[in-house]
Amino acid sequence: MLSLRDVSKTYRVGAFGGGRLRAIDDVSFDVRPGEVVSLIGESGSGKTTIGRMILRLIPVSSGLIELDKTDISTLHGDDLTAYYRRVQGVFQDPFSSFNPIFKADRVFRMMKDTYYRGAPADEWRAKLEDALQAVALNPHDVLGKYPHQLSGGQLQRLLVARALLLEIEYLVADEIISMLDASTRIDVLNLLGELKQRGLGIVFITHDLSLGNYISDATVILRRGAIVEMGETEKVFGDPRHPYTRMLLAAVPQLHAKWASDDGGAAPLENGTPKPLVEVDAGHLAAI
Amino acid sequence: MTTAPVAGPADSAPSSVPETASQLTTTQETLYFALRNRKLVIGSAIVIALLAFAIVGPFIARHGPLDYTGHLSWAPTTKSGHWFGTTLLGQDVFAQFATGLRLAFLVGVVGGGIAATIAMLIGFTAGYRGGALDEFLNMITNIVLVIPTFALLLVIAAYLQVRSVMVEAILIGITSWPWAARAVRAQTFSLVSRDFVDMARLSGRSQMQIIFTEIAPNMSSYLFMMFILLFGGAVLIAATLDFIGLGPSGTISLGMMMQLSVQNAALQLHLWWWFLPPGIAIATLVGSLYVMNVGLDEVFNPKLREM
Amino acid sequence: MSLVVDDLRAYYRTLAGDVRAVDGLSFTLADGEIMGLAGESGCGKSTLAKALIRLDTRMRYIGGHVVLDGVELPIWDDALMNERRFRDVSIVPQYAMSAMTPTRKIGRMIRELLESRGVDGHALEPELLRRLELVGLDPGVLSLYPIELSGGMKQRVVMVISTLLDPSLLIADEITSALDVSTQKAVAETLVEFRDRGFVKSVIVITHDLSILAQIADSILVMYAGKLVEKASTAEIVEEPLHPYSRLLISSLPEVGVRYDEHRLAGIPGRPPQLLDPPSGCRFRDRCPLATERCAKDPPFVRAGDDGRFVACWEAAC
Repeated sequence: MLSLRDVSKTYRVGAFGGGRLRAIDDVSFDVRPGEVVSLIGESGSGKTTIGRMILRLIPVSSGLIELDKTDISTLHGDDLTAYYRRVQGVFQDPFSSFNPIFKADRVFRMMKDTYYRGAPADEWRAKLEDALQAVALNPHDVLGKYPHQLSGGQLQRLLVARALLLEIEYLVADEIISMLDASTRIDVLNLLGELKQRGLGIVFITHDLSLGNYISDATVILRRGAIVEMGETEKVFGDPRHPYTRMLLAAVPQLHAKWASDDGGAAPLENGTPKPLVEVDAGHLAAI
Repeated sequence: MTTAPVAGPADSAPSSVPETASQLTTTQETLYFALRNRKLVIGSAIVIALLAFAIVGPFIARHGPLDYTGHLSWAPTTKSGHWFGTTLLGQDVFAQFATGLRLAFLVGVVGGGIAATIAMLIGFTAGYRGGALDEFLNMITNIVLVIPTFALLLVIAAYLQVRSVMVEAILIGITSWPWAARAVRAQTFSLVSRDFVDMARLSGRSQMQIIFTEIAPNMSSYLFMMFILLFGGAVLIAATLDFIGLGPSGTISLGMMMQLSVQNAALQLHLWWWFLPPGIAIATLVGSLYVMNVGLDEVFNPKLREM
Repeated sequence: MSLVVDDLRAYYRTLAGDVRAVDGLSFTLADGEIMGLAGESGCGKSTLAKALIRLDTRMRYIGGHVVLDGVELPIWDDALMNERRFRDVSIVPQYAMSAMTPTRKIGRMIRELLESRGVDGHALEPELLRRLELVGLDPGVLSLYPIELSGGMKQRVVMVISTLLDPSLLIADEITSALDVSTQKAVAETLVEFRDRGFVKSVIVITHDLSILAQIADSILVMYAGKLVEKASTAEIVEEPLHPYSRLLISSLPEVGVRYDEHRLAGIPGRPPQLLDPPSGCRFRDRCPLATERCAKDPPFVRAGDDGRFVACWEAAC
């Protein structure tokens, strides 16, 4: 299990670094194998920061991130490499995730160099083809091509395939479909669904509530770095208790229903220190 | 469903211009534009011609550059192989010119090379690591930038009794890197924020590996152009040092030719063949390098190309 | 009719040939109509926007006519079009909110902009202030730098500027894309308010987000690979789309409430054709579940049902 306990991130700001900006404020949640947890929030909510902290790309200021009870913040060198064998990430912009001057399948070679040094060529090739199969990509279509010759959807799938080469247990998917077209989004999303059913734990970071609702088992609603509501997806979406959640749901444009003319009956949002989370229902907490 | 693997409009975020459905690799495309860019072609042709001259010249010269032939102040003639004439002191200008040109290239490569290496070391590290290390390296860069390098070179060069071309090149190399380091740092900054650097980290790559296998290759055109500028700058600085009498001992360079000619009143004596060739050579070499660079910028930067 | 577009063609010249980004588009827009222009990337919707206002030097006008309020728009000529831009046709370009001069205060930037168009900034100032207040912005915003404003505020400033001279046609290119969901709602509703108050007569809203269009558009035009595939009222497109592409598009959108375990949504396999050398006949036929041999011939423009509804498909049920 991947768990976060009271994780916070503070940045130094101001001309001489005197000020403090609390980007993440005491965030705690768990991800289990075969479970999709959505981190939903608007810009500045800190969802991407959390994802990067889980991936050890930025350090945690305080709190604990544990993988099966091992603190990951102390991992270095080979231990860190071993961690990446179990936890990987895919980011938002497929064209930024590939080095444009190299062919796209170089990302696979990088994995081989680190994790499968001595593997014989045909064994590697078979592994590669399995991974590409799992993401519904035809090897002939995507191998040997430059990133600019492939589409965003294909590139994102290549990145998922890359992660699958390692038999990972957890995947951090940071807005991975927001830059894709509507028709390809669903295919990549369904791919995540399949992987979930095969036992992969996914941290699904998004600003799009409909997507979160579609794919996730648990939902965490973030506002300005703090959790305002979290729990089973059906409960959070079906019975939102926090005014922010209600405001978000009311603002989502729907195909078959018009926006409510009022503000969804939400209480005015407060600023300042967020309230602590209280259990409003089984498996459903809100900061009210 | 037959979707042939042909490049097409990428279905990324809504973009304003559709991608060109070009089948060319980046290298092929670059070469295509390179060969069509007049500035690049003409500039490099001149530089290559001068280089050929520098390589071949000393072999076909009939005299050594410092030999006193006894033929004083001859105008260019075919007699005795003095195609560029002789100096007031009876030395063959052609031989001197060819040797000087060789030295110019040598100083350019060594001096420019050293400067480029230091610039890359400092620039990459500062750009990639950021934070306190960046501040520190910035401070060093600024100090070296602000030191009156020329005065420093003067002092050092005058202090050393015997000066070789290598020493001159090294001195130039260790003082002319700051602007290049700044440029490399800025470029590195912008590349580090791209996701493929994070992807490399997630693949277990170390910092050094990332700098040399991800970032530097992405900047290769930039680094190439930077080297050309440092090369040209080194040639100029060396020529200036030589002109004021601080050139290498035991040999002759283009700058020294100009110094000697002025010292010996070649202008007044109308010995144009003594100072014009070196002057024109320096100007042409450095000028062509800069023109090449502008051409390269157009080749590497698609937005500057005329379609 | 406020706007009549007839067989508009606009291509991009490239090394490899002409990219036929907009290839024969025809439609009409009534006074006061907000038309949504929907499609995925590469379909030509941004090109259409630029063709109508002639703002991209890489784009070549090839043919077709555009008539606005009974007068033809000279979209083939820079100088002539310059007169009409901002006064009759105006655009909120994509990424506009990131394109404001960062080193100028907003008020000064607006004044310089108006001067460059030969408009008296002073005379318009009271109106400018009134409109800023209308969209919920404090007049003090004029003395701020762009970096001091949030995304939604910047977008609203840009919208006010673009409509200051009450143009007949406003083209809004992806104005909600980079915004948070709550700001999207505010900006989209502002657009409708502009139309309701008569600041603009008709609006073309370009976006890839059909659900936003479902909220604010009166009609929707769906583009695919440079061609028009369907145009109908919003209700018709959303409730009963006729063209296979529109149908697949609508059914691939997850609504809040749809869950993966219960209802598996399907995308559209394959990719749009490259517009350098588009396939003959219907451009969607490679991905279309209903394609027949007839689809290798150009599909007709079928008028289907009510006035103003068009479908370009041989198989569309009439």
